[in-house]
Amino acid sequence: MRKLAARLYAWLDLRLNLDDLIAPLRHKTVPVHYFSFWYYLGGMTLFLFLVQIGTGILLLLYYRPSPGEAFESVQFIMTKVRFGWLIRGLHAWAANLLIFTAVLHMFSTFFLKAYRAPRELTWMSGCVSLFLFLCFGFSGYLLPWNELAFFATKVGTEMAAAVPLIGHWLLVFLRGGEEVTGATLTRFFGFHVAVLPGITLLFLAIHLGLIQRQGISVPPGMDRAMHGLAYLRKHDPEAARTWMEAAGSPEMREMRFFPNFFLRELMAWYVALGVLATLAAFDPWELGVKADAFAPTPAGIHPEWYFLAVFQSLKLLPAKLLWIEGEQFGLLVFSAAALAWLLVPFIDRNPEGRSGRILKVVGVAVVLYLTGMTVWGWLG
Amino acid sequence: MRTLRFSLLAVLALAATLAALSQSPPETKPADACLACHSILEDEPSKQFVDDIHGTRGLTCAACHGGDPTVDDMAAGMNPAKGYIGIPKRAQIPQLCARCHSDAAFMRTYNPSLRTDQLQQYRTSAHGRRLAQGDTGVAVCTDCHSVHGIRPASNPLSSVHPLRLPETCATCHANPEHMKPYKIPTDQFADYRASVHFQTLEGGDLSAPTCATCHGNHGAAPPGVASVERVCGTCHVFQEQLFDRSPHKEPWAGLGFASCSTCHSNHRIERTRDVLVGTSPDAVCVRCHVEGDAGWTTAGNINSQLSRLDTSLQDATGVLDRAERAGMDVSEGRITLGNAHEKLIKARVDVHAFNAPEVQATVEGGLGLAGQAHQAGLDALAELAFRRKGLALSLIIIAWVVLSLWLLIRHLERPRQISRQ
Amino acid sequence: METETTEHTEGSGRRRFLEVLLGSSLAASVVSVLYPILQFVLPPRAAELDADTVVAAKADELAPNSAKIFRFGNRPGILIRSADGSYRAFSATCTHLDCTVQYRKRESDIWCACHNGVYDLQGRNVSGPPPRPLEAYDVHVRGDEIVVARQQKA
Repeated sequence: MRKLAARLYAWLDLRLNLDDLIAPLRHKTVPVHYFSFWYYLGGMTLFLFLVQIGTGILLLLYYRPSPGEAFESVQFIMTKVRFGWLIRGLHAWAANLLIFTAVLHMFSTFFLKAYRAPRELTWMSGCVSLFLFLCFGFSGYLLPWNELAFFATKVGTEMAAAVPLIGHWLLVFLRGGEEVTGATLTRFFGFHVAVLPGITLLFLAIHLGLIQRQGISVPPGMDRAMHGLAYLRKHDPEAARTWMEAAGSPEMREMRFFPNFFLRELMAWYVALGVLATLAAFDPWELGVKADAFAPTPAGIHPEWYFLAVFQSLKLLPAKLLWIEGEQFGLLVFSAAALAWLLVPFIDRNPEGRSGRILKVVGVAVVLYLTGMTVWGWLG
Repeated sequence: MRTLRFSLLAVLALAATLAALSQSPPETKPADACLACHSILEDEPSKQFVDDIHGTRGLTCAACHGGDPTVDDMAAGMNPAKGYIGIPKRAQIPQLCARCHSDAAFMRTYNPSLRTDQLQQYRTSAHGRRLAQGDTGVAVCTDCHSVHGIRPASNPLSSVHPLRLPETCATCHANPEHMKPYKIPTDQFADYRASVHFQTLEGGDLSAPTCATCHGNHGAAPPGVASVERVCGTCHVFQEQLFDRSPHKEPWAGLGFASCSTCHSNHRIERTRDVLVGTSPDAVCVRCHVEGDAGWTTAGNINSQLSRLDTSLQDATGVLDRAERAGMDVSEGRITLGNAHEKLIKARVDVHAFNAPEVQATVEGGLGLAGQAHQAGLDALAELAFRRKGLALSLIIIAWVVLSLWLLIRHLERPRQISRQ
Repeated sequence: METETTEHTEGSGRRRFLEVLLGSSLAASVVSVLYPILQFVLPPRAAELDADTVVAAKADELAPNSAKIFRFGNRPGILIRSADGSYRAFSATCTHLDCTVQYRKRESDIWCACHNGVYDLQGRNVSGPPPRPLEAYDVHVRGDEIVVARQQKA
């Protein structure tokens, strides 16, 4: 087996110069410290995204994106296609877990200040990717064309009209018309399976490429020590080894990506797979009833949990604030906040100093606010 | 001179006033002076007549009461010389209404689709015959249709609308005082209220039978023992056909038993339950049949057949419900179950042939379908078990992978002796 | 001298065992993932059309002046072939109390046995308790299949 692998490698190496490609990976390391547990979240998000791509492609084999057939095709997948219930269940559950881990990953990098120079672009491409995941969630939710999704989409796209100046144009662009119809379904399907995957892969490539180039970040202060170690390694490896032993403190340790971190990450991915399979088998995602545009809006319409915080916040706003409509005001505030969040690397001038501390408090406040609003929206 | 001018002016003024007073305001419709005055009196008839179909069609009080509706003066308007008859006598009322309602040519000018044989029918009715003999205690037109607030029967406010007709009949027929001289029961309305026909009617099905459906409306009379079956058979076709060839038909005709109502009652027709046919104390069969006779055996047989199928349906429903609650799709099974249920309904209709093998044949068909539905439920549960087992297997494999990885990591990172020179 | 040698030999034996353990577990996991995927990819036997269209019968299945009950979604439908050979299709659920209707050859009408409701061949309720006509469906002949579809709302 080994010989075969070696021969295959040699054949490819001759043609692709694999050694040069793989060399950096051989030397790639992952810092080991008190917080390095959080490093798994990025890979977990990637794993869940890969699950989505895989199950999504499989679902594409049977799904039909028209109002007359969408619901029935999903019903067909759930009841007649072998393991259809599993593929669909995995896709629905992984979508939610994906957004959850992405948000967790974002907050962990925020609090560990991984966004500071030279990793500003990594942070921004990550934020954009999270936004794209939310778009995936919103567009995908409509595809089964059931009652809940239909009205949630109606309410969600209605908010687009609140954007000043281009609001109505935006609404028509999203809906493919004035109302939510089959045209909306076609459009959302196109976004979900073609447009969004393309854009997301681009931003993920940027995100991952940057990480490969720059290495994994460490909490503030630790990097100075690591720089010193790197210098020593280059100029006096013996001394470096001695110093590492003598130092003994876990903050100084590093782990090779291959095989050590990789094997651990593989463990985490398999555990995640087990969790997904259990969820899909024990709690199949309800299909509900087919959408009927002429039926009255059912009571208690609400979006998916990851939009609940915004939804609940908008509900609380009064109809008018100063001279601006309540909804518009809310949208403006959220957009401003999102923009500020995106530009955090440039706002946090001194991550180890005052601005760093202020932003930590801001971060905690944001987490509390979003969690509280989500719970409130869920209970309401 | 001045006195003369003054008097002349006064006379002119008086004349002008009198002239003005004697002019009536221009009207678009022929005046119903009767109604005008009586409205001021605010009596019941004038208040109701506004909604009356006759009133809205332009007929005046004089159309029924006679007199002159064009003059204001009471004496002139209510003048017997002009045909005024006052309050008509009860015995006269049918003829009075029929003056228009039996005149086909006249009725055609108002509503061509209305029937004009009401009086003819009435004369054949129990009410009409008694009236002809001089009994004015029976119902005449106005007793059912109301006097001054008559509306078409299709109007929900009409006293003869299907939803209100039983109450209207009950005004007399449920009144023991009123019915004393006639020596007929007064419990029909109470019985009818307990019936499935009434429940269906209240539930919104206006085609459900009311008093008039079985007794006739203008020609109202009990159907008569021999015709009960045909009357019920208007809707319950199969039951009539089966009964006609059943062993009960001839004997009961001879005994003077009405076919359907002997078992089901005439007014208190309750929702039938399987226990009605059989050998238990609650069954109707035991009223005549005794243990050991052919009818007793047949009744017991039929009941047990129905029970078999009913139990089987309940079993199948239980299994399908369980599978559905666990998240499985059981729509095919439900359809088969629906078909099996239709067989039970058919079997219950087949009872009326009073022939056990016939019922059995239908039941066997139903049992087959119920069995299929049951199997569909079991299949769904088996699929669920398969999924859970599959999950367990994959979790074992995952655990195996995770364990191997962990062991490998532990091995790779075991503390090693680093030799030094 | 390196004490690693003995460890190395032991290590390599143990290492090989662990690699085999991992390799086999990974292989098993790959199979347990590929199996459902392969099963999924193969289309199921009953590849139905959507719930708004169904193949109700084959071209020569029905003789003229006869009918067939077929499944349409979760309810029954009735396909009638008239004496002149043309097809009609309706919902077979009686509008009175939901019994399944049937075709009567002699009268060429649609009849509900439960309470003697009668519909004509246009689905109109003509006699008895039914309050509304039967829902009509479109019928298309496609090759040798008779296809019934729900009527499109304007």
